[in-house]
Amino acid sequence: MADFVSDFWHWFIVIPTVIGILALFPLIFANRGSKVSGDQVDTTGHVWDDDLEEYNNPLPGWWLNLFIITLVFGIVYLILYPGLGRFEGILGWTSTGQYDKQVEAAEKIYGPIYEKYAAIDIKTLAKDPEALRTGERLFANYCTVCHGSDARGARGYPNLRDQDWLYGGEPDQIKASIMNGRIGVMPAWEAVLGAEGILDVSGYVVSLSGRDHEPGAVARGKVHFDTICAACHQADGTGNHALGAPNLTDRIWLYGGSGKSIIESIKQGRTGNMPAHKEFLGEDRIHLLAAYIYSLSQDFENE
Amino acid sequence: MEPRPGRVQAANDKDLEQALYEKRLKIYPREVHGLFAKLRLSGVASLMGIFYFTPWLWWDGRQAVLFDLPGRKFYIFGLTFWPQDLIYLSALLILAALSLFFFTALAGRLWCGYACPQTAWTEVFLWIERKIEGNRMRQMKLDKAPWTARKFAIKGAKHTAWVLLSLWTGYTFVGYFTPIRELDQGILALNIGPWETFWVLFYGFATYGNAGWLREQVCIYMCPYARFQSAMFDKDTLIISYDPARGDPRGSRKRSADPKKLGLGDCIDCTLCVQVCPTGIDIRNGLQYQCIGCAACIDACDDVMERIGYDPGLIRYTTENALEGQPIHIIRPRMLVYAGILVVLLVSTLVSIAVRVPAKLDVIRDRNALYRETDEGLIENVYTLRILNKDNQTHVYGVTIKEQPDMELLLDKPEITIESGAVGDLSARLRVDPVDLKSRSTEVEFHLNSKDGEISISESARFVGPLGG
Repeated sequence: MADFVSDFWHWFIVIPTVIGILALFPLIFANRGSKVSGDQVDTTGHVWDDDLEEYNNPLPGWWLNLFIITLVFGIVYLILYPGLGRFEGILGWTSTGQYDKQVEAAEKIYGPIYEKYAAIDIKTLAKDPEALRTGERLFANYCTVCHGSDARGARGYPNLRDQDWLYGGEPDQIKASIMNGRIGVMPAWEAVLGAEGILDVSGYVVSLSGRDHEPGAVARGKVHFDTICAACHQADGTGNHALGAPNLTDRIWLYGGSGKSIIESIKQGRTGNMPAHKEFLGEDRIHLLAAYIYSLSQDFENE
Repeated sequence: MEPRPGRVQAANDKDLEQALYEKRLKIYPREVHGLFAKLRLSGVASLMGIFYFTPWLWWDGRQAVLFDLPGRKFYIFGLTFWPQDLIYLSALLILAALSLFFFTALAGRLWCGYACPQTAWTEVFLWIERKIEGNRMRQMKLDKAPWTARKFAIKGAKHTAWVLLSLWTGYTFVGYFTPIRELDQGILALNIGPWETFWVLFYGFATYGNAGWLREQVCIYMCPYARFQSAMFDKDTLIISYDPARGDPRGSRKRSADPKKLGLGDCIDCTLCVQVCPTGIDIRNGLQYQCIGCAACIDACDDVMERIGYDPGLIRYTTENALEGQPIHIIRPRMLVYAGILVVLLVSTLVSIAVRVPAKLDVIRDRNALYRETDEGLIENVYTLRILNKDNQTHVYGVTIKEQPDMELLLDKPEITIESGAVGDLSARLRVDPVDLKSRSTEVEFHLNSKDGEISISESARFVGPLGG
């Protein structure tokens, strides 16, 4: 109600409600009986359409008592709880307040569990089956919407089960990715390189992973690569964890590995966005989540 | 007829002031014995016996009949019902409705008089009242008497007995939802949960209020059955009826006299039929909506008729047509149709429950993206296979797909072990070369099999991918 600019709606609710409830008292009491003329005993006294009448079978007194109880209850309720326009009710109840209390109560129960896990280092936690089950459920709740239910990702969302990490696959690096988020920017090079230049560079990039390529393009492309691309992707194309620049020498492509997709990446650029979860989940839960993600890329059975 | 209470002569000679509400007059039903009273007693005793006794039955290490709301499972002896089985509740309700139509068309308010919990508990409470306060005359006298120590003691004893029975009833009711033996131990330690406490007191209060105080007020003012019963009767329905052709004109006469010579019918106007009526009507005025079909008036009248040597049946189960001289005609199209539908529905429900497969497979396709391209350029769809083990034992399950050329099934785990009553998730991927895809959306079928060969179900899903290479 505080959103409204004028007081009009507040009074629009309060006045009819209060008048209505107060008016019901005399209405009910006044209608406990009715007048009938002597020969109409047994009917309610009202005649519709010239000759339609209704027998009076008196209701038991407890009906009247229930009506009164209902009215009194209504008055008490509207004093204690919000309902009359802007009035907040003596008890000060709000639905957000109730929600906050429930969250507080839940934290008391679940907080200690996550605190216990947060004290253990991630590499040890990644071998604990029960911790991993909870981590799996956290993953299912918060991460599958982008990374897929099996964590193998989709176009634009990394595969978390492989060994190819954009920002590093050590436990601390994984945890930092989740806590603070990442924004991976591949600039658009169309203006600088032109259509020919882009074809050359993409030919060279494809050659880095040992795929078929056009030899002439490779030589020309390498020139551009050393000038422009090596700054982020390193001279040998193995990428840079500090910048999130991918390793171009493997067969794993975040935005698609076909020639067309690579050309598009260079031409139009890419922006990857991993949201920060620190405020949303808190460090304790992220610690457990990081342990689960770390466990996905490890092959513990063959250690 | 006298003007009813509450009529006052108004100042104006011509007008009367009449009340639209009146104080409820307590009804003191007179004790009655007879065939129908015996039938009702056995009905009440068996139904209430079942109600109070069932929660204590044990089955396979758990309570035999338990409605586990937090666990989302209803147990009825060897059967377990999961939320997916809610259709059986619908079937049960439809069966109940059809039975209602059938039995009501057959013989009127059989439910009300013989089976309804309101009637059953009111009867028990009336019995307690009779045992403590005495018979009808004594009860009326006690109510009119001033409040002495004796009256306090008697009323106190009665209400204490009522309250104890009500609490036992509430406790038993809650015992269908929280295992009653847990409640048992909890009560001794004064340690039952807040919600259990609330519901025990709530149902206890409801029992005490409805059976002790409201009684026939429920039937007369609150229950909708009374109001639409006339829509379910026809002229061949067996109703409880006074036979005016035989009984009128009414009047008392010497036992030895011949009523016909005196110009009287068989009714001696003893008003016993009115005194035994729990809803306070006079059945001789015809069937009224307040009549709950308890047949107490039949028993009372038959008893009197026997004493004075007349034939029984002045008030009896008969049909409107029979009262007009036609034969009683029970097997008629309406009854056959109701019975037919009932049988068909009952049999199909029972068969359906019997052939249930105790497992459910939900195929949940990933929807974060339409499909995924692998590094080799193959198209992949990811599925979460949610498996519900509804059986009484642990099973090991494996998954295959129905013959689908060129499509490969990859499972993160070759098989999964799920305990009885538990749910497990299995991650699966289907992979295909896009050149082999004939359509952008292909139907696929997952098969779930248990390793012991007992369980085999399938569930269809979709595979989505682009056409061409």
